[in-house]
Amino acid sequence: MSNHATQIPAAAAAATGPKMRVERLDLYYGAFQALRDVSMPFARNHITALIGPSGCGKSTLLRVLNRMNDLIPGVLVQGLVELDGCDIYAPDTDVCELRTRVGMVFQRPNPFPLSVRDNILFGLRVAGVRNRGRLDETLERSLRSAWLWENLKDRLNDPAIDLPLDQQQRLCIARLLAVSPEVILMDEPCSALDPIATAKIEELMIGLKRDYTIVIVTHNMQQAARISDFTGYMLLGDMVEFGPTTKVFTDPGDVRTQDYISGRYG
Amino acid sequence: MRLSADKFAQYTFLGIACSAIASLMLIAVFSLKEGLPFILWYGPVEFLTSTNWNPQENQFGVGAMIVASLWVTAGAMLIGAPLGVAVAVFLSEFVPRPVMRVIKPAIELLAGIPSVVYGFIGMMVLAPLIRRHLGGPGLCILSAAIVLGIMVLPTVISISVDAIGAVPNSFREGALALGATRWQAVRMVVLKAARSGIVASIILGMGRAVGETMAVIMVAGNTPRLPHGLLEPVRTLTANIAIEMSAAIGRHREALFATGVVLFVVIMGLNSLAMAVMRRKGAR
Repeated sequence: MSNHATQIPAAAAAATGPKMRVERLDLYYGAFQALRDVSMPFARNHITALIGPSGCGKSTLLRVLNRMNDLIPGVLVQGLVELDGCDIYAPDTDVCELRTRVGMVFQRPNPFPLSVRDNILFGLRVAGVRNRGRLDETLERSLRSAWLWENLKDRLNDPAIDLPLDQQQRLCIARLLAVSPEVILMDEPCSALDPIATAKIEELMIGLKRDYTIVIVTHNMQQAARISDFTGYMLLGDMVEFGPTTKVFTDPGDVRTQDYISGRYG
Repeated sequence: MRLSADKFAQYTFLGIACSAIASLMLIAVFSLKEGLPFILWYGPVEFLTSTNWNPQENQFGVGAMIVASLWVTAGAMLIGAPLGVAVAVFLSEFVPRPVMRVIKPAIELLAGIPSVVYGFIGMMVLAPLIRRHLGGPGLCILSAAIVLGIMVLPTVISISVDAIGAVPNSFREGALALGATRWQAVRMVVLKAARSGIVASIILGMGRAVGETMAVIMVAGNTPRLPHGLLEPVRTLTANIAIEMSAAIGRHREALFATGVVLFVVIMGLNSLAMAVMRRKGAR
């Protein structure tokens, strides 16, 4: 499919279809197949949660969506992965640009060994923005969106590593918001945080879904139930069940989903 | 039983650590005891600033040799530090692991080559080249700087590679996930995170360059005069001690110990300068 041909359906999909979509996705790490025939949509301005036991492929699936898996040698991806109707694995995809549109927050907060300001402005500087006014405006806007401005407005030059963990994680979210992504991928963003900090991040995520499409991988099923609109349950590389979160949690269609959910609750 | 074994190990290592410090102290004290009275007798200002070294006539000014050591070291670091750090970045960020596992030990092997071999190659290959193409005697500051620049590479590369390798992958991933290219991730994040290790590698390399003696004797020309250009022969502080010690007695011998004291201070000074630069950059 040529790039030209994808333009028109893209415009149509942008208005109505899901923000992202994977279709018949297979992924291999060398000889090991980590994802098997996975198909699912990621609804615009909603939170989609991926749950399942360790090693089920949920983080792998997340990393397919911004092509972070490209960094691992020997990865083979087959199938369709679309953003606004465009195949992001097409040969002419600009991966750097893709990653600014589909941003990622990691399991452990990973602020760079730079000041708060330089962390937030990293994405813009990488993109070549030099305009001081725009940088300052983005700095404040991003920190405000992650509810950090009041805490940090007088500490913009402090090393980000010195912040408490939950502020570090919100800084990583603010750093991502600074590049104005369309999709935010979160890989167990609260697993390093205590319950109060977790609650803050969850509240933040619910606030963010008005402007962003969010995909979260989580071990914590209460978390998935609390904040997500759609849930996918994965097991050994298969998408066992996908549907609205209330349906998956209260009336699962697959006995394996039921076992997993009730096992954790029991 | 286990507790006492722990204690035993603890005291053993403490003893070893202390003996390292004790050696340093003994060397410092011994050099000072032998050299300091001479410096006071000759006059510190005269000793350090005079460029007249003529032991037969009791003239012992090491100014020219201090300048020579600084020139040669600076030249060596101008060549060795950028090259070494660049190679380290290339090896740790842009070369597949298996290739690096072959190249890095090969580079570390360079450190095992005796310095006399470096000096020999410098003398037989480099010096004639410089004489033919740039003029001068060939044995000069430039030759010494190039030879030393190559000799510090294994130190700089090996420690820098370790420092860069110790940078958590999460920094690289974080940078790439924000749309950075690999080069941007390295330049803007990885090198910042590895900075203290890289500076340490350069300081250690510099220590090696200041202290190197044999290779320098062979390629620097050894004339104890103030140099006025890169193509002039010089004698460094280390070369001065090594060349004259076997035949020196009385005041002359004391003057060489005093040279050692100066060398000690120069190395300390360069180290603390490098540390200060590192600390200021860290604060910024």
